[in-house]
Amino acid sequence: MESLFDINVGQQCKILNIMIDGPLKRRLIDIGLTPNSTVCCVGQSPLKDPKAFLIRGAVIALRQEICEKITVRAVV
Amino acid sequence: MDNTYTIALAGNPNVGKSTIFNALTGMHQHTGNWTGKTVDSAQGFFKTDSHKYRLIDLPGTYSIMPHSPEETIARDYIINQKPDAVIVVCDATTLSRNLTLALQTINVSRRVLVCVNLLDEAHKKGIKIDLALLEQRLGVKVIGTTARNKKTVKNLLCALDEVLNSSPRTEFDFGTDEETALSTVKTAEQICREVVTYKKDNLCARDLKIDKIITSKFFAYPIMLALLCLVFWITISGANYPSDMLFSAFSRLENWLSSLLLSVNCPKIIHDAFILGVFRTVSFIVSVMLPPMAIFFPLFTLLEDLGFLPRIAFNLDKPFKNCGACGKQALTMCMGFGCNAAGVTGCRIIDSPRERLLAILTNAFVPCNGRFPTIIAIITMFLIGGGISGSFMSAIILTLVITIGILLTFLATKLLSKTVLKGVPSNFILELPPYRRPQILKVIVRSIFDRTLFVLGRSLIVAAPAGLIIYIMSNTQIGGATLLSYCADFLDPFARLLGLDGVILIAFILGFPANEIVIPIIIMAYMETGVLEDGFSLSFMRTLFIENGWTVKTAISMLIFTLCHWPCSTTVLTIKKETASIKWTLLSILLPTGFGVVLCIVFNYIYSLIV
Repeated sequence: MESLFDINVGQQCKILNIMIDGPLKRRLIDIGLTPNSTVCCVGQSPLKDPKAFLIRGAVIALRQEICEKITVRAVV
Repeated sequence: MDNTYTIALAGNPNVGKSTIFNALTGMHQHTGNWTGKTVDSAQGFFKTDSHKYRLIDLPGTYSIMPHSPEETIARDYIINQKPDAVIVVCDATTLSRNLTLALQTINVSRRVLVCVNLLDEAHKKGIKIDLALLEQRLGVKVIGTTARNKKTVKNLLCALDEVLNSSPRTEFDFGTDEETALSTVKTAEQICREVVTYKKDNLCARDLKIDKIITSKFFAYPIMLALLCLVFWITISGANYPSDMLFSAFSRLENWLSSLLLSVNCPKIIHDAFILGVFRTVSFIVSVMLPPMAIFFPLFTLLEDLGFLPRIAFNLDKPFKNCGACGKQALTMCMGFGCNAAGVTGCRIIDSPRERLLAILTNAFVPCNGRFPTIIAIITMFLIGGGISGSFMSAIILTLVITIGILLTFLATKLLSKTVLKGVPSNFILELPPYRRPQILKVIVRSIFDRTLFVLGRSLIVAAPAGLIIYIMSNTQIGGATLLSYCADFLDPFARLLGLDGVILIAFILGFPANEIVIPIIIMAYMETGVLEDGFSLSFMRTLFIENGWTVKTAISMLIFTLCHWPCSTTVLTIKKETASIKWTLLSILLPTGFGVVLCIVFNYIYSLIV
């Protein structure tokens, strides 16, 4: 199973499951990271972490720890 | 007409909310803090032909559900204070996400006006929004705005009047569970599918191209460092002339005040203490402090408005995470280069209390504008020759000093998060807003009022009494020597251990109100003049210092101690205010001082082995 962190710059993916509980999950939903939505990795920090994703029109940076708890399917 | 309506202004971060706030209220506004919280609040007043309004600027928030102190405030205000209407500002380029907040707000408020802002940016990106249909689907008044357009304000005011003339809706309760959140997001998406049309595929190609360079593996850090140095260079070279002008203006004022006091037969001792002590020190600090800050802060705010600063946080998040801290600390650190007190205040942007404390306690490890002149003067006097190669070398050494400051920040942060501030790094979600053309004039006004005057005001509170103390110490004679020289002699053995001398150490102590006066105090003490003077040339200073036993070792020790010692009084006061704790304030003094003492002793030991 791929996680959001495995997605390379320029690659698109579909969110499958967010394995996080509590307020953080709500926050992710509020910024538009919902199951079945499509996001695109648009950049990464020079040290590879965090990565930046285009989520519903806005660029949002997420740390590795969060990305790894989000399962995705890469869209070709 | 005599009734004033209360309006709350809500919206996601980075949607141009403050621009709208400023456009509506103009200068009729004041800022403060939300009761008991260190979150800025602003309210302003304006009126139309039919109504008078009080506008409350709520903190930027993604949701009515609270995650951070800012969001709790926004939510509590809308739900408990029940304003007459809420204006929800939405970013036209990311409407779907912004509508989540709008939908939630519509559920809990009596009257809502949805303001779709940044239409010009959306137009450039090929995004078209059917505002009429959006109004129909949301069931509340919708108005499109372009922050820079004059007509915007007029349209907004008309729409607001219209909304307030309508009868209030009944507000619903609404669920806070995940299901409700998801369904709100889905509704927002559905509405967007109907009202938004995209003409181009690639939404922000230009931004992505810039980001690719700014966050690239090889160029990211050199670009950041170069930009930082450029900002310093502009600040330092630009501040010279206004500083000189302030000096001469103050000295004219001093002469005038002096003759005024003498003409009313003021006793000489009071005249001297007030004019040569208090007034001279205060005017000295204003002259050297005001111009660099008035240049640095607008530049900094400019980078902020451009959207460059969040990228710095993005690039530096990993190293800060490894130290148990937050990437946003990179921003407060950069702000510390301008002024540590402003940097400490800036730590409010960090959500987690533990990480905020880390950022506050380590802010003084980067040299502020007040310490740069000292550092540069020492580098020029003792470490390099003159000429073009000299100024190039001094730039390199200065960059080295800055880099050491940054490394020490990491080290101190790591030390704290392994000891007194244990914990795992919290979640880091950072929006990288699109690059925007900043509004230069507003940037200047805002940074001067919000930052420069704030810092200046606070430093003057301490400068005045300190000026008196400096005067008394350097002019009270006991057995042929001044109080100042007694203190210097007393501190001398310890200071020698650090590679300094007693005079330098006492200058640092008396320089507590502002680091800018450290070198003037040293000169005053060596020359035994008893009053602060300005306008000595570097070569004169160099000769004076060498006559008093300075060597390269003294110069480097002084550099280390300038980088690491107690924060200035303004910063300490600010830390006390921000942390509301004596314990943390004391630690913020002891931590850099401890580092400085240890580093100086170690350096002198190594130096004595080599030379």
